[in-house]
Amino acid sequence: MDYSLLLNQKIQNLKPSGIRRFFDIANEMDHVISLSIGEPDFTTPWHVRQEGIESLRRGKTWYSPNRGFAELRSQISNYFARRFDTEYDPDTEILVTVGGSEAIDLCIRAIVDQGDEVLIPQPSFVCYEPMTVMAGGTPVIIRTRSENEFRLTAQELEAAITPRTKLLILPFPNNPTGAVMRREHLEEIAKVIEKHNILVLSDEIYGELTYGKERHVSFASIKGMRDRTIVVNGFSKSYAMTGWRLGYALGPEPVISQMTKLHQYAIMSAPTTAQYAAIEALKHGDSDIERMREEYDTRRRLIVDGFCRMGLQCFEPEGAFYVFPSIKISGLSSEEFCEQLIYSQHVAIVPGTAFGDCGEGFARVSYSYSLNHIKEALERIERFLNEKNK
Amino acid sequence: MKKLLELLNENPDFTVSQLAAMLGESEQAVAAEIDELKEKGIIKGKKILIDWDKLPDAGVRAIIELKVTPKPETGFDDIAKIVMSYDNVEDVYLAASSRYDLIAMVKGNTIQEIAEFVSRRLSTLDGVLGTATNFVLTTYKLGGVSFLDENDEDEQRSMII
Repeated sequence: MDYSLLLNQKIQNLKPSGIRRFFDIANEMDHVISLSIGEPDFTTPWHVRQEGIESLRRGKTWYSPNRGFAELRSQISNYFARRFDTEYDPDTEILVTVGGSEAIDLCIRAIVDQGDEVLIPQPSFVCYEPMTVMAGGTPVIIRTRSENEFRLTAQELEAAITPRTKLLILPFPNNPTGAVMRREHLEEIAKVIEKHNILVLSDEIYGELTYGKERHVSFASIKGMRDRTIVVNGFSKSYAMTGWRLGYALGPEPVISQMTKLHQYAIMSAPTTAQYAAIEALKHGDSDIERMREEYDTRRRLIVDGFCRMGLQCFEPEGAFYVFPSIKISGLSSEEFCEQLIYSQHVAIVPGTAFGDCGEGFARVSYSYSLNHIKEALERIERFLNEKNK
Repeated sequence: MKKLLELLNENPDFTVSQLAAMLGESEQAVAAEIDELKEKGIIKGKKILIDWDKLPDAGVRAIIELKVTPKPETGFDDIAKIVMSYDNVEDVYLAASSRYDLIAMVKGNTIQEIAEFVSRRLSTLDGVLGTATNFVLTTYKLGGVSFLDENDEDEQRSMII
C-alpha cells in the first residue's frame, strides 16, 4: 500500500532531527563517553518528587483544569514576578502545557496563517522550523554569527522583516550555542519590534541557567514588549524535571486564550501529578536552582578552558549547558568531525549542522555531565586532535 | 578553599590549570593554596580506591568497636595511638556513642586472624573495657564511590530529538 499518497505532504517532507544519528552510532559501541544529551543529569529534587508521590498516595489522579491548577498558575505568576520582574494574571495570561515544546507549538499555531513568515534565528533548537511549516507558515532563517557571540542583532532582524512577517522566535539563552541576550541587546531588538506589527515568542526555557554577573532578562520585561511577547518556560531545565513534562506560556490574554482552545482540544490538560510537584518546586525550589546552577558553572569553566587549550576556538557561553566550539582547524566538516571522533575515541557530540545549516564548522557539546565524565571526554578529544595533527 | 578541596576530593587528578579554570582563579593562586593546604595538614595525600573483594584471596575486614576508659590527661588519644600503630588497622575513629568509644577498621587474611588480633592485641590493652567485632561482608560504597557493578552510573537519559 502506498501511504505516501495518503499521508500529509508537509509532514512527509519534514527532515528527521539530525541529532539522533550520532546517538544511534554511540548505542552500538562500548565505552562511549557522550557529551550529547540535552537534559539535566541531576534528578528532580527529593522534596519535589515527594509532593508528586504524596499526590498519588492521596489518589489525586484526575484531569486538571484545562489551563492547569489555579494554585500552580498563581505560583507561576509569583515566580515570574519574583525572578523576572514581570506580572501575569494567573486567570487569563498563563497556560500550563506539556513541556515548553507544547507551548511553542501552540503559540506558533495560534499566530501563524498560511504564508506568514516566522523569523527563526539559527543555530537554535530544532523544533521551530518544522512547527512553522506544519502551521502553514514560511520559516525565514536569520543566521547568528560567532563574531557576535551568536546573538541576534537589530540590523539582522530589521533586514529580515517583510510585510508578511508575523512572529519572531527569540531562543535565548540558546541551545546549542549557549549565547545569551543581555538587557542592552534586548532593548535594541525591542526598538525594531516596536516599529512593526509583529509578535515575539521568547523561548526562555534556559532562563535560570545563566552564568557570570548578569542574570537572565526576560524579553517581556523590556519596556513596551510585554504586550507583544509570549514567554515560553517550564520546569525541565531549571528544576531537572524533564520527564514530568511540564511547561507554560505567559502572554497577553488574546493570545493565551486562542492557545488555550488548541490545548483544550489536542491535550486537554497537562499531567496532574507533575503539576502538584511543580507547585512545590516553585514554592521551595529556589535553592535547588542555585545549587545546580553553580555546579553547571563549574563544569562550564572546565570545558571551555579545555577546548581553548586544545586550540578549538570557543566563545564563552553564558547560558544553558552547552558549549559550541569551532572545529574548523580540523579541516573537517561538522559531520565528519563528529563521526571520526566517535569512531576513533568513542566520544559522542552533536554536529552544529543539526541546529541549522549555519552550524557548519561547529559542534554542540553538552556539559550536563559530571566533572569526571567531562575530564575524561576532554582527554579523549585532545588525543583525537593530536592524532589528526600527526 | 572549601570548593578547591571539594574538587580535589572529586578527582585528585585535576591539573592546577583545570582547577584554576573551574574556580576562576589564577594558576599561581591555586598552586599556592594547595601548598598551604598541604602545609597545614589539611590535604593529607591521595589514595587509590581498590575493591579488594574482586581478588581471589581478598582477605577479610572487620569494624571493631572498643569501649575504653579515657585517661585523665590525654583522654582517648593514648589508646587510639596504640590501636592505630598496627599496620593491619586501616582507620580509627573516636565516636560519640553510648555503646563504644573507638572504632577501628581492621584487615586480615582470615576471620581467625582478625579474631585473634582483637583478643590478643586489642582487648588486652590497658583501659579497654570491651570489644565487639563486626565482619564486613560487602562493600557497597567507599570514599564516595559506588562499588556496585550493575551501575547506577550508567546513562539513563535518552536521546530524544
